[in-house]
Amino acid sequence: METYELTVNGRRTEVIADPGTPLLWVLRDELKMTGTKYGCGIGACGACTVHLGAIPTRSCAVPISLVGSRPVVTIEGVGRDPVGRVVQDAWVSHDVVQCGYCQSGQIMTAVALLKAIPKPTDADVEQSMGGNLCRCATYVRIREAIQIASGQLK
Amino acid sequence: MRRNLQDGADPGWNRRAFLKVSAAATGGLLVSLYLDRFALAQEATSAAAPKVYPPDAFVHIRPDGTTVIQVNRLEFGQGIHTALPMILADEMDADWSRVVAELAPADAVYADPVFGIQMVGQSSSITDSFTQYRELGARTRAMLVGAAAARWKIPEGDCRTESGVVHGPNGRSATYAELAEAAALIPVPKKIRLKSPNAFRLVGTKTRRLDSRPKCDGSLKFGLDLDVPGMKIALVAHPPVFGARVKRFDAAAARAVEAVRDVFEIPLARGTGVAVVADRFWPAKQGRDRLRIEWDLAGTERPDSGRLFAAYRDLARTTGNIAVARGEANAMHAIPESRRIAAEYEFPFLAHTPMEPLNTTIRLDGDRAEVWAGSQFQTSDQLAIAEVLGLKPAQVAFHTEMAGGGFGRRAVPDSHIQREAAAIAKRLRGVPVKLIWTREDDVQGGYYRPMHVHRVEVGVGSDGLPTAWRHVIVGQSLVAGTPFAPMLIKNGVDSTAVEGAADTHYAIPNFHLSAHHPASSVPVLWFRSVGHTHNTFVMETLVDELAMRAAMDPIEYRLKLLKPDAKRVRSTLTLLQEKAGWRRSVPREHAVGIACVQCFGTAVACAAEVSVEEKRPRIHRVTVALNCGLAVNPLTIESQFQGGVGFGVTQLISKGAITLKDGRVEQRNFDGYCPPYMKDAPAAVDVHIVRSDEKPTGCGEPPVPVIAPAVVNALFRLTGKRYRTLPLTTL
Repeated sequence: METYELTVNGRRTEVIADPGTPLLWVLRDELKMTGTKYGCGIGACGACTVHLGAIPTRSCAVPISLVGSRPVVTIEGVGRDPVGRVVQDAWVSHDVVQCGYCQSGQIMTAVALLKAIPKPTDADVEQSMGGNLCRCATYVRIREAIQIASGQLK
Repeated sequence: MRRNLQDGADPGWNRRAFLKVSAAATGGLLVSLYLDRFALAQEATSAAAPKVYPPDAFVHIRPDGTTVIQVNRLEFGQGIHTALPMILADEMDADWSRVVAELAPADAVYADPVFGIQMVGQSSSITDSFTQYRELGARTRAMLVGAAAARWKIPEGDCRTESGVVHGPNGRSATYAELAEAAALIPVPKKIRLKSPNAFRLVGTKTRRLDSRPKCDGSLKFGLDLDVPGMKIALVAHPPVFGARVKRFDAAAARAVEAVRDVFEIPLARGTGVAVVADRFWPAKQGRDRLRIEWDLAGTERPDSGRLFAAYRDLARTTGNIAVARGEANAMHAIPESRRIAAEYEFPFLAHTPMEPLNTTIRLDGDRAEVWAGSQFQTSDQLAIAEVLGLKPAQVAFHTEMAGGGFGRRAVPDSHIQREAAAIAKRLRGVPVKLIWTREDDVQGGYYRPMHVHRVEVGVGSDGLPTAWRHVIVGQSLVAGTPFAPMLIKNGVDSTAVEGAADTHYAIPNFHLSAHHPASSVPVLWFRSVGHTHNTFVMETLVDELAMRAAMDPIEYRLKLLKPDAKRVRSTLTLLQEKAGWRRSVPREHAVGIACVQCFGTAVACAAEVSVEEKRPRIHRVTVALNCGLAVNPLTIESQFQGGVGFGVTQLISKGAITLKDGRVEQRNFDGYCPPYMKDAPAAVDVHIVRSDEKPTGCGEPPVPVIAPAVVNALFRLTGKRYRTLPLTTL
């Protein structure tokens, strides 16, 4: 067991964990931040996507010992970011969610896309969102909501 | 404070439902609806005991004006958590902006009015609860009006209601919250008048979901997210072959993992397993990974997909149990070989893989237990837990949790997840525990859509229409050995295996369909749209083939072949013809495929524009026309159809199959078995609803069956190949 210092959504915190523990389970079980979801544990579904040092990252595949000083942003904090807020609002106004379980990861990935490419093409969207599974297959509305959010960004 | 105003009060009271009204402890009005049959059942089981009704209700008007409506269903994406409150709030004239929906716990009062158990299945929630929720809303409104009329000493007829307020003459008004306590003391009206459909304010309007925001900011707690104080996490090592048992195991390494608290063998629905209990998920998983288990495979079947398909193909060449025998049995003989088509289809096992892995949390405290689970079958899951714990169902409080998908996987007749969790909770007595199935447990754990082989011979008349149809379906029964068997198996035919074929909406004069249901140790389960997943594929690809032989437009051909009474399907094909005019002007390397279905009452027709990219079907555009009767929430319906056709793509894509080799499932996780990603699903789906005032039917499952045949029908136009084995591997 080791002690790690983390910055999550701008807040510094200390956790004691086995070095191999994935960031996902530190967030969920230690910090009780359950907005980040467990879907597969092998980085194949994207439900656990967080921003690690501003890069969308599968938190199930990053051991806590490799997080280092990079700040972590999760779905609970992304709404404080202007782009994050616009994306969340577009998701709500466009009624994107069904079961909703994958949407934390979808939103985190979409926010990262729009920060990098504010006016994404369909191909950009497919490329960026291509690894996020939605079993309800809300993909059509995800595509549309990204364009709605894009339209609202300056 | 509670009283049952109708209990035995009026011998003329012969409605199937009555209401219980009480003033809530916090003030306000609670309205509950109880069905006679449960009251009677209670009387029968506890003859002398007074009726004790649970403290649950359908409507609660809080003093602050919030109207809380209980939803008697699981919400797992389908939008019922918004639709049922819309129906009730509309009749009640509630202020929609103040409506809050809650998922009701397990209780007889929340049973499906038709099935008699609390459940979600067969897309029946709207079909069965539409009138129930309207009447609840109308009765609540009538009582509020009664309270206002009494307060103002005027006839009720002089009052009108709007958006949570009763208005009287001379500008008088009172909010529902102000009237709630007085209303609770008013006798429940026996006669109520429901609105005429043209007076609906909410029903029929595009209404956003009530659960969006918490699903978009991470605050919504799914079952997997719940944290009960002192809770442990349990993972179970399941047998590598269905039905195998633990011979011996070494837990030393597992116990050495920090925060692992207990390791023990437990009985499973099939075989036995080893449970690892830890403070958190990660140590539980580390502990499970370190278990050394020797399995006893004696007596297990070791099913193998290759061998099963071979056996199924042989069976398909023989007549099974008769499902339909219409017309002349020998009609095929009169048709020359040149006008016959013989086709054999193969469908693999499919896993539901809801995004939220399966889980259940149980706390057993003395002679009471509390359960938190996303269940489609609360009634039987509660019963199963009570049985394992040695309690009565009434001693098991069962909370319905929002679920991250399900698609049938949370409607399990043997309640195996609940039993597994209960076996662990029984050992931990006093300590709450959450059982989690990892994705590997889920992909490898069975309860699949069964594999099937179909063999069909079609004889075509000189007019191009089929005159003789002989069809054999081979596949495991979903319900054999379950309490559903007496209801769903007739003449040895499981109706869930033949639905969508036996009841075809096409007029085929000589039609013979039979089914074989070989047994296997692979657990199988209904999968969103059930029998239609394979039967619609067979029917719609063959009918398309017939249309091409007849050199007819595929929509025209279907319209011509429809039975005269197939009104809903006809209406969707007609609307599709109008909305999919684009199909005549797609790029040269694209093609359009058509399919239609009637599934659980709702009819669907679709057109899919497809090309081949990187040897895979690329679905550019889908137009859907549907007829579900009255469309309660057109926004949810649009969403369900857009997503549902995407879900239906699962069985086409190359990783859309579960296979077994010598008893072991070959896929472990989303790397081996994978639902559609964004690029696999249709890029655009436009949805068109046939206007109707008929009784509404469901929209959860009907979108699923049409897409796979439509895509394959388009592919034939591009490649000239018929695809009768799923998933598609090479194009």
